[in-house]
Amino acid sequence: MAMADVDKPRRSFLSRILLALGSLAVLEAGWIAASFIGSRRRQASTGEGAGLQVAGPVERFEAGTVTAFREGEFYLARLKDGGFLALHRKCTHLGCTVPWIPDEQKFTCPCHASAFDIRGDVLNAPAPRPLDLFPVRIENGIVKVDTSKPIRRASFESHQVTWV
Amino acid sequence: MAVQKNKKTIQRVIANSLILHMRPVRVPAKALRYTHTFGLGGMSLVLFLMLISTGILMIFVYDPSPERAYQSILFMQQEILFGRLIRGMHYWSANLLIGVAVLHMLRVFLTGAFHAPRQSNWIIGLSLLFLILLSGFTGYLLPWDQISYWAITICTEMLGYMPGIGQTLQRVILGGTEIGSATLINFFALHTMVVPFLLAMLMTWHFWRVRLAGGVVVPRDPGDDPEAGTDSVPFIPNLLLREIAVALILIAFVLVVAIVFGAPLGELANPGVSPNPAKAPWYFLGFQELLLHFHPLFAVFIIPLIAAIAILRVAYLRYDADLSGNWFLSAKGRRMAAVAAGTALLLTPLWILVDEFVVGPGGWLPRAAPIISNGLFPGSALAAGAVAFYMLLKKHFSASKNETVQALFVLFVVGFALLTVTGVWFRGAGMTLVWPWQM
Repeated sequence: MAMADVDKPRRSFLSRILLALGSLAVLEAGWIAASFIGSRRRQASTGEGAGLQVAGPVERFEAGTVTAFREGEFYLARLKDGGFLALHRKCTHLGCTVPWIPDEQKFTCPCHASAFDIRGDVLNAPAPRPLDLFPVRIENGIVKVDTSKPIRRASFESHQVTWV
Repeated sequence: MAVQKNKKTIQRVIANSLILHMRPVRVPAKALRYTHTFGLGGMSLVLFLMLISTGILMIFVYDPSPERAYQSILFMQQEILFGRLIRGMHYWSANLLIGVAVLHMLRVFLTGAFHAPRQSNWIIGLSLLFLILLSGFTGYLLPWDQISYWAITICTEMLGYMPGIGQTLQRVILGGTEIGSATLINFFALHTMVVPFLLAMLMTWHFWRVRLAGGVVVPRDPGDDPEAGTDSVPFIPNLLLREIAVALILIAFVLVVAIVFGAPLGELANPGVSPNPAKAPWYFLGFQELLLHFHPLFAVFIIPLIAAIAILRVAYLRYDADLSGNWFLSAKGRRMAAVAAGTALLLTPLWILVDEFVVGPGGWLPRAAPIISNGLFPGSALAAGAVAFYMLLKKHFSASKNETVQALFVLFVVGFALLTVTGVWFRGAGMTLVWPWQM
């Protein structure tokens, strides 16, 4: 009898330690797995990270035109007033590639008929927000686009435009 | 001669005991009736084994890199003896498995085979179904053609709409912001290692739980004493031969379909050009169809979440009676299920047509925010309709909870099946409604 009573706290102590160590092991394993899976993202982002694309000299782009850049997966739009916007070519609805239709002056998605104007603003649902942007820089008359990370926006605003 | 005969007998005894290690010695005679289970669980196992064997063969040829994946599939189909056949069998087994597993789930539900002690096995079965869908989804990208590239783009973008975790989840799955070599490696690892391993583990557990519950649920006529014993027959040869027959017919069927139709292969994936229409794999087209009618938050998150909780909970509800063993519970249950199926057959196409041609993209309340107009309002209407349907049926038929829950289940299953059918056969270019022969 006495033996059993003495054993009880010891046994529960041991099982509690075992539980704690077990959970620790699970956490460690989870952490390792997360770092493995997460590394894929870092790899991908450093791969594209040097994504500064030289689009060309300012004069090459006429006002009111859209130029496609397959390499950087974006469209360089020059607005009527001469400002530049770099638009991600991915539809904001379900990720299809939107072609520019010059005759209609709009982007039309082949998947669900979303449409966007030259500024990327939504003309036609179901797209929930305008086309994403890439930052544009103009250095010595050369247009450069940083394609490393698309920027989401709720609507078109004039400060998104880069001027010469 | 005598020695020969003796040896044969011993071999037979060894073979039989090997089989009987895995299967019961005797089974209830009534459970042999084919229309009781249609052998759907066994068919799932046969398809799984065919997928494993054809899949292992293809791993030796397939190259999971965006530059070489498509080429390796072409090489397999053109240069390897029976390469086209093996890929075709894999493709058709995978698609059939999804259908058969869903039918198996319906059979289990509609014969009431989810009451205690089978409750936990209902959950294991649903996990298996989830893994089967994940397996199909991760395999879909591997050919790296236009079909697979854009289907996976659409599905991963659908994930991105989940509030909070969606975009992180999307990035982890893609291994970046877009489909690329990291995505292909992720999908390959999941498809060939992680998911099959988990499937095999869970399947073992699933079968063991069936044994623990005393085999499949035994058919019972109304008025039968549930405690009464049933006549049993030896497993060998009664059930064994039936199972082998089903397996052989199934294998022959897959072979013929694979030979006649093969597996589709589109053009090499081109991230610059989306095909029109761009569709998810057929088993997710129900969700893509939902997305055309509901705000994304509702289509890919709230509605699937509620559906998942409901289907997981259904085995654990407090029922009036343990009415397992009969298709549709009773004559009344059968009538109610028919009413539910008819209602869904009528209302689902009506909803689609009204939303498409009358309501339009602005939603039901064009002046309100999209989340209300296309989300909260139609979502609440749907929920209210379901509750009203439940109440009405219960009152009109003065039915038990078992029968009413079953009718509601049938209503939603048929509704979702119709959404899938619409997505597969009635959506053409730009996802507009068309007739199947106009596609």
